This record gives sequence, structure tokens and C-alpha cells, in this order.
Amino acid sequence: MSEVKNILLVGVGGQGTILASKILSTGLVEAGYDVKMSEVHGMAQRGGSVTTQVRYGEKVFSPIIDKGQADILVAFETMEALRWLDYLKPDGNVIINDYQIPSAPILIGKQDYPEGVLETIKSKVGTTVIKASEIAKDLGNVKAMNVVLFGAMVKAMKLTNISWEEIIADNVKTKFIELNVKAFKAGITADIK
Amino acid sequence: MKELLTGNEAVTRGAYEASIAYASAYPGTPSTEILENIAKNKDIIAEWSPNEKVAIETAIGASIAGGRSLCAMKMVGVNVAADPLMSFAYSGVNAGMVLISADDPGLHSSQNEQDNRYYAKFAKIAMLEPSDSQESKDMIVTAMEISEKYDTPVLFRMTTRVCHSKSLVEFGERQEIAKKTYVKNLQKFDLVPAVSRKLHVILEGKLKELEAFSNETSLNVIQWNDNKIGIISAGAAYQYAQEVFGTTASYLKIGFSYPLPMEKIRAFAQKVETLYVIEELEPFMEEQIKAAGIACIGKEKIPNCGELNPEIIAKALLGAEKTLIAVDTDLVPGRPPILCAGCPHRGFFYELAKKKNIMITGDIGCYGLGGADPLNAKDTCICMGAASSMGHGAQKIFNKFNENMRTVGVMGDSTFFHTGMNSLLNVAYNRSNTITVILDNRITGMTGHQENPGSGFTLQGMPTKIVDIPQLVKALGIDNIKIVNPLNLQEVKEALDWALTFDEPTVIITRWPCVLKKHSEKDKNEFGNYIGTCKVDEEKCIGCKMCLKTGCPALSFNKETKKVKIDVGQCVGCKVCLQVCPKKAINKVGE
Repeated sequence: MSEVKNILLVGVGGQGTILASKILSTGLVEAGYDVKMSEVHGMAQRGGSVTTQVRYGEKVFSPIIDKGQADILVAFETMEALRWLDYLKPDGNVIINDYQIPSAPILIGKQDYPEGVLETIKSKVGTTVIKASEIAKDLGNVKAMNVVLFGAMVKAMKLTNISWEEIIADNVKTKFIELNVKAFKAGITADIK
Repeated sequence: MKELLTGNEAVTRGAYEASIAYASAYPGTPSTEILENIAKNKDIIAEWSPNEKVAIETAIGASIAGGRSLCAMKMVGVNVAADPLMSFAYSGVNAGMVLISADDPGLHSSQNEQDNRYYAKFAKIAMLEPSDSQESKDMIVTAMEISEKYDTPVLFRMTTRVCHSKSLVEFGERQEIAKKTYVKNLQKFDLVPAVSRKLHVILEGKLKELEAFSNETSLNVIQWNDNKIGIISAGAAYQYAQEVFGTTASYLKIGFSYPLPMEKIRAFAQKVETLYVIEELEPFMEEQIKAAGIACIGKEKIPNCGELNPEIIAKALLGAEKTLIAVDTDLVPGRPPILCAGCPHRGFFYELAKKKNIMITGDIGCYGLGGADPLNAKDTCICMGAASSMGHGAQKIFNKFNENMRTVGVMGDSTFFHTGMNSLLNVAYNRSNTITVILDNRITGMTGHQENPGSGFTLQGMPTKIVDIPQLVKALGIDNIKIVNPLNLQEVKEALDWALTFDEPTVIITRWPCVLKKHSEKDKNEFGNYIGTCKVDEEKCIGCKMCLKTGCPALSFNKETKKVKIDVGQCVGCKVCLQVCPKKAINKVGE
């Protein structure tokens, strides 16, 4: 348990990266790890790019992940994966939600949404593409896509021995427990590359 | 028990353990959550103040009356609070008092990246610098003890990474501290020149005692490993240094960083071959260490601009280069923050941007985003409350030199209460035809919905007096006031045209709640609920993209159909785009 592991969650303000990281860090603490987590708040609510960095191991010093240091990159939005790709270790893994949210320069027609993002990334690193938003929508609420991605990340990081379903139940409203547990199961059974 | 807390949450626990009785703040990233969390604790009086100067003055009053007090603000807020701070340093405390300065290296959410450690040296007061959440809790308790023992306010310097990173915290027992007796003491608290002359001499003596303490305390601790490299570091930078050097270097970790433990530093320096000073932002420690005649390496290698991280330190001091995945991130379109769909500021800025020959002096808040593409309605942003006063000064110059320019100062409701009121008083007093706009969205928006004197609720959500902005504006000496609905473009346009006809001060108040705000009963009665969304009639849409000029994130252009599409997930039906469409191709549905 000595080696520090690094998980980088990236997305767009309002996508639920904070809940995913809260569940993750709670589980890691229960499993006995030293954990540090860093988020930058502030203007994120206004549709900006957001990241959550989670580091765990026997003893963690820095709360932030440097370039080339993340073991896994979980992108809640497709082109955000490309923006943060060089934070990944060259032999790291990416989990990408196949879901595009155009940013302001794209909306006003100044730039185009980049083409072939998934192919570009697949050509560089081990990549798992999940239609998490579609899966969540089929389960009843598109917002649960954060927990679908979380489930896939748990599998990829081999953290399946932690009682995640109980932790999810503790961290969401009662009426959303069933939905989120289903979303988690959908994610954890995904085919990880 | 251990809990994973942010530095801000840990400070809250520390305040409880230290029996702090009074806490105040003006919201500002990254400090805001300190008071929000303290407010949950019934043992502590916790209040939002209209600005940082008021916040620190209330905390000073609480300390003098005998209650332990805490005051929190972002680093630029300390500039506002500097007047009372500098003099309270002379008088010292009765019960302990701590000022938390949350600095923002890297400007995650600020207008500069000033290093507030200099305030401790400037004011001649003690300073503590936590490097993680455990220290953030523990050091609040220690700060109170130091404050009372050495009769000094304590500057508690945090940074964004310490405030907002989570790490494990082991709780301590609450210390039940009795209130100190209040005794009238003019020789200590009445800072007239005759008193302050004596207090300055006493203050210098306190600094000597504090330096002796700094050399003894375990807050400044040496960890011996290899003695080839010695590292002096504090705050988040210490964690980064450990990440890079681990056990290959020895450390003098500074937790009590003013006055510096110069004897401890000298002894440490003598035992190591190379001494690095690793600190974020300015060479605060390095300058003092070098002035004491101790050789060290610091800012000639480590940048003073921006936030540090382990990678920067490794590269600067070890020349370490990493192989990264090759990716051209320049090809990824930016994702800047934008005004939300349904933001009441959008309609106002859309009309304002059409006016020619105007200079728009902005302020600090969400409405700063009105300066971005495609609205482009902003010329300046300097600090809280400056919109109206800068507009006034600029207008005076334009008028003096007969230039055909008008100034429009734009601020929010909370900014108006902060220091904008004083600026507007000046406009009324010194008579300029500056136009002042108060974008009243019924809440403090940018920092995440904090109550303020205009919102009708206290920090704890208790109903309180609602300040009447139009009455207040009138009382400041403004005769020409218009209140408009910013979602009604015709109303906004008419108000701007009306204001531009005057050769004396005018004020336009736009009144509509922040789209993200949870409406109070009063809000519901006045503004109703959001019902329905806007929809594009594809038959009528000619793809002219006029509606995209509002910069609403719910609108996008479909290149294949050459029509605009509205994302119903984001649209709240504010109808601004509907009013802009020249072909009446947008309708409100679902009402």
C-alpha cells in the first residue's frame, strides 16, 4: 500500500464530479488509506472546466497531481479528456464519457468542437469509452452518469473490495439511492480496456 | 476519530475547540466556506459583514469586550481591513483574536496574487501558516494561545490549496475558555498620539518576545535526513518539497512564520551543505534570511509568479524532466466561465454593449463575465466598489477635455453594500454625470449565494431587515433613479437612453434574482417561478445568429440545418433571446 495512486476527475461545472470524489474519498479513508483531495472552487458553477484530484496511499504529501502523474483520468465530458491528457502517466488509463458539452467559444461559433477526440486519445493510451449519460438516462436520470463513471473507475483501479454501495447510500438522498446503486453497478460491469 | 476535511472546514473545528465566541467575514474565494461552516455551530456568534473592514472591526470589538474572535477574508480583503489592522497591532488584544487571510497563488479566482505574509511584518504581528487540514485545525487553537500570551492579533495565512484541499484531521477536545473581563483601559485601547507613541515601543518589545518564542516552538521544526540538502519551507510549498525530495533532504518546516526563528535557521543552515528556501509567491523568508547574512538559494531558481507544484520545484532545483503524453492542448477550445442561461445580467449587458462612446467601469462579481465574448461590455475591473468611483474620475477627465464620452459604472448589490455606497456618495457630492448601475440580483452570486443586507436573511438564514436600495441611493444624494427588469430589453434600453440625457448623476437599478438562487417566499411573490422554456420555430429561423450574440449557453448553432437550437435542459425561459430575434422565430412554450 506504499505507492501513492493518483485519480484525476475532469468535467464541466455542474456535472457532479464533486459527489463522485466525495464517495471515492470516503471509501478510501474507510479502507485505511491516507487521502488528499484537491478541488478548485470559485467560478466553476458558471460552466467552467473543473477538476478533482484524489491521491491515496500510505502517506500522501502534495494534494495536487502533476503532469504525467495520474494513474487514471476520468473525463465526464469528451473534450475535457484531451485538455487534461498530459496529466496522465504514459501507461495510464482513460475513462471517457461519450458526451459533448460545447463551451462558449463553440456556442458563439468562434471555434468548432474538436473532431476525432476519442480516436486521438485511443491512439495514445488505454481508453475506455462509456456512454454514461445514455446509461444514466435509461436508468431514469441523466445526472446519475457521474456514478456510472465512478463505477467504471472503481473497476479500473481495482478498488472493488470497498463497500461502495453503502457509501453511496450514505451520500445521496434516500429517493435517489436505488438509482445511484444501479448506476454504480452499470459502471462497474463495464468492459475496461 | 479522523475526518477528511478541507482546510476551511478544519479551521471551523479549530474555532470550536478553541472556544472562539465571535466570527465574522465578507465572502471571498477561497475563504468563504469558513464562516459558512462556523455558522452551523450554535456556540459561536457568526456573521456576514458588509465588507472586510467592518468584519475585522467587529472581531476587534469582540476581542476587547473579552470574547475570543476570528475574522476571515480573501487576501485582497485584507487591503480593505488594513486600516484597523495596523492600529489594532498597537493596542493588542483582550481575548485572543485571529485574522485569516486566504491568499490565491495562481489567481484561481482573484484579480491579483499578492502575498499577504508581508502584512504580518508590516503590522508587526505574529503569523501562522498551516500546510494541511490537520494544521489548519490545530493552529487555530495555538493562535488563540499565542494571541493572548503575547497580546497580539495573529495573522493566519492560508492559500487556495490549503483552504480547498481535503486531508485527514484528528479532532481534539474543546477547551472551555472563560470570557475575559472587560476593563476600560484608555492607555491600551484609545489610540490617540500620546498613547500610540508608548504602544509602539511596547510593540517592538512584543516582537522580541515573539522571536524568542519562534526559535523555541515546535511549530518550527527540524526533520533531519541527509544533510547535503537543507530545505526551509512553509504552507503548501512544504508539502510539495516533501513530495519532491522525500528523505533525501533535511527540512526546517516553518509553521510560525513571523517573526522568523532566525537562530534556528542559522543553526540549520550551518549543518547543511546547500540551503534551499522553497516558498510560494514572494521571497518573504528568503529576503529576511539573506538580510541576516545566511546564504541560501530561493527565487533565483523558483518562480515568484503563479502557484507552485512539485513539478516546478523538481524542474527548478533538480533539473528533472518527465516524459509526457504528447498532446497539443492548444487545439482544445477553452472553457471559460460564462453567465448562466437565464442570468438576469445578460439582458442588461446586451443593451449596454450597443451604446457608443461609453466607458464601462466594472466591479468584482459575476457581472465581470459580461466583459467576455460575445457581450464585451466592460472596460475595467480593479477592485470591489470601484465601478462608480472610477467612472466618476474618468467622467471628470472626459468632461474637462471636452471628449464625447460617458462612463457607466456597473456593480452588484453586495458590491454596492461593500464599498460601492461610498463611491456613489462621492458621485453625488462631487457632481458628475456618471451613470451608475446596480445589478441587484438579490444575493451575493459569484461566491455561491451568501446572504447580504439586501437579501432579507442573516448568515444562519434568520429573517432580518431588508435594506431598501432605491431609498439608500436617494439618501446618498441621487435624484434620478430608475428601477428596471433586466430581462425586458426595451425597458433596459429606455433606461440607458434616459440616463444618457442627464448632465447630473443617475442610477439604474436592475432588479431580478440570480437564476440559481433559491427563491424566498418574498421572491416568489415578486418574481414568480420559472415556467416553460424558449423554443425555436425552425420554419422561421433564418440562421442569422443574432440570438447567439446574447452569449446564452443554452443556445447553439446547428451547422447542418443552419438553425439555432435551444437546450431545454439549460433554458429557463427568460425570453431575452426571443426579444433579440428579428424574425420572431423564438417562442415561449410550456407556460
